[in-house]
Amino acid sequence: MLRPALLAAALTAAFPVHADPELDALRAELQELKSAYEARIQALEARLQKTEAQTADAAVKADTAPVRSSFNPDVSLILQGKYAYLEDRADRGITGFLPSGAEGPSRGFSVDESELVLSASIDPWFRGYLNAVLADGEVGVEEAWFQTTGLGQGLSVKGGRFRSGIGYQNEQHPHAWDFATNSLVYEALFGEGYGQDGLQMKWLAPTDTFLEFGAEAGRGGAFPSTERDSNGFPSLALFGHVGDDVGTSHSWRAGLSYLHARPQARAFEGRDLGDVDVAGDFSGKSRTWLADFVWKWAPNGNATQQNFKFAAEYFQRRERGSLFCDDADPANPSGCTGGLTGPYSADQSGFYAQGVYQFMPHWRVGYRYDQLFRGDVVFDGADAGATLASLADYDPRRHSLMLDYSPSEFSRLRLQYSRDEAQQDIEENQFYVQYIYSLGSHGAHKF
Amino acid sequence: MKTSLFKTPFLRSLVGLLTAAVLVPGAAHAALKVFACEPEWGSLAKEIGGAQVSVYTATTAMQDPHRIEARPSLIARARSADLLACTGAELEIGWLPVVLAESGNAAIQTGQPGQFMAAQHVPLLEKPAVLDRSAGDVHADGNPHIQTDPRNIARVGEALARRMAELDPAQAAFYQARWTDFSTRWQAAIARWEKQAAPLRGVPVVVQHAGFPYLENWLGLKQVAVLEPKPGVDPSVGHLARVAAQLQATPARAVLRAAYQSPRPADWLAQRSGIPVLALPFTVGGNARAGDLFGLFDDTIDQLLKAAP
Repeated sequence: MLRPALLAAALTAAFPVHADPELDALRAELQELKSAYEARIQALEARLQKTEAQTADAAVKADTAPVRSSFNPDVSLILQGKYAYLEDRADRGITGFLPSGAEGPSRGFSVDESELVLSASIDPWFRGYLNAVLADGEVGVEEAWFQTTGLGQGLSVKGGRFRSGIGYQNEQHPHAWDFATNSLVYEALFGEGYGQDGLQMKWLAPTDTFLEFGAEAGRGGAFPSTERDSNGFPSLALFGHVGDDVGTSHSWRAGLSYLHARPQARAFEGRDLGDVDVAGDFSGKSRTWLADFVWKWAPNGNATQQNFKFAAEYFQRRERGSLFCDDADPANPSGCTGGLTGPYSADQSGFYAQGVYQFMPHWRVGYRYDQLFRGDVVFDGADAGATLASLADYDPRRHSLMLDYSPSEFSRLRLQYSRDEAQQDIEENQFYVQYIYSLGSHGAHKF
Repeated sequence: MKTSLFKTPFLRSLVGLLTAAVLVPGAAHAALKVFACEPEWGSLAKEIGGAQVSVYTATTAMQDPHRIEARPSLIARARSADLLACTGAELEIGWLPVVLAESGNAAIQTGQPGQFMAAQHVPLLEKPAVLDRSAGDVHADGNPHIQTDPRNIARVGEALARRMAELDPAQAAFYQARWTDFSTRWQAAIARWEKQAAPLRGVPVVVQHAGFPYLENWLGLKQVAVLEPKPGVDPSVGHLARVAAQLQATPARAVLRAAYQSPRPADWLAQRSGIPVLALPFTVGGNARAGDLFGLFDDTIDQLLKAAP
């Protein structure tokens, strides 16, 4: 027990007297130790700093936006419906034109088709899109297509069922229309819009001005074409679009399209001169030219506060072939009793022009004028009006005025008044209240 | 066989001519074509790329970046772009998908090196806990208005310079040198702005749209109210009155709005409460002084200092 204490005392006593050289050695040793530790500490500090920086980096990475192309498809659902105040009419056909099968509006409150849209990238080379409409007791596939994304050179190929790229309004589904009802032009030409089951190829020119060309080949299942049992492509379409900006406030697009169809036994219903129902079909060729123009204005290109859109489309359609007509009801003899087949030719045209003005945020007002020209319609060597009242020489037209309010970009409420003169001798005042809601990741709209 | 064919003088001159025809226009023009969704990324690409890039900026500071139309001109420009530089985080969700799908350009599609999304390179604020449209126009990934913090510009710039070098390896050293030069000047500017803005720490402000969280976070501004009741929903008179009443209790020193936004709600509040309105440029081109990225923050800080106590 005593030894360490004694030793300490001895050391204490001894140092001041003897230990100068030893002390220097000790100091040197200590100094060495100190610098070695300092170096190690510095190294450790550097490592710590590096680790901290890495952690911060990792935190940044963890916090940044994930890449949005998740594996789940984008899903959206459109709910739409309307209340229509209309006169009680037996039919709402367009005089002077063979019916396209367009469904007229229902009186009172009706829930329009709900649209379910799914879309996603399939892989680095394709994307897919489905638009299904849900109505009572049925599901319709409006569009179901793939499109290439990896071809480059401005090329893309679309295949499946898709809305044809012809015209301007054709690719728009009803929820994207600026009015509660379809234009008379599209009603007469396609019913709602022309869909293709087939292939589409588009090429965008490498120019600063937008210049696009497209060609389509399809089976032609819908008016003005028909289903036919064939290995070919009876429905062919060509289109070109050009567009650009003028300053920062104006932009425009113009287009020219051509649709060639070969309908076979395309059924129709009409009325004879005595207002008796007739039914029959048309076989032959149907060729349609469409010219479209859209111009949009927004101050400084900022459409949030105010904007204006003008759109117009003009068409010419020539149909050549043979028409067959007979009694719709054998018990009710008409001018076609016994069946009447004769050569048929029609040269018809028409246009619509519309302006929609957003005068303050969320509120828009719009006016559309539709005008069809019945032109020359010849059946069996004479004017078709001499046999069928539904093909009488009459130029249908319609005025539509609308006001809509969109609380957000996902909801829209609309009021519309139309003065409908689509049928000869009828002038009808129509009133509509419409709602359109879009749920989910509603995709971006085209120009 | 092939080599001997190429040795014939005719074929060699033909190949030479064709090569010249392909290369000469390329050599005469800028090497890298950049399609920038917003002006700040266009400016950044110009700072890094200098004369070696040609930059097309799709939108201006006077446009609401949430609401752009997929105009034909945008599709045409996207067609020939080598690099798409956008914010991401769903800011362009209303128009960019259509532009990409219609462009026929494989290089800039999602997942390709030619698509650069700035928001993937900075930490995002205000990630919504609940995703529901009843909360207004919220972005799932967080607030996308990242360009109001210059430190984010530096983060994005570093990644953008790397991406540009990757796409155009011949100019990699050039881009890196320009980026280093810009970065040095930018860091010095940040230090200067932070020093100038010291009095702004803790200053209470009102914003028109929740477009400034990164600016507030950087300078320590305190956001006490938002004029939009919900993101993307226009302020109603009722809501403005409530904000005015709230400001009686917790006063603010300025109302901030972006250059593209309607002046009316902020002006209405300013008249009621006597709080000055600051129309911040928000991005490059937002006012005469904000001609480039430096000007953008010079002007932003100078304007904000008017609100300092």
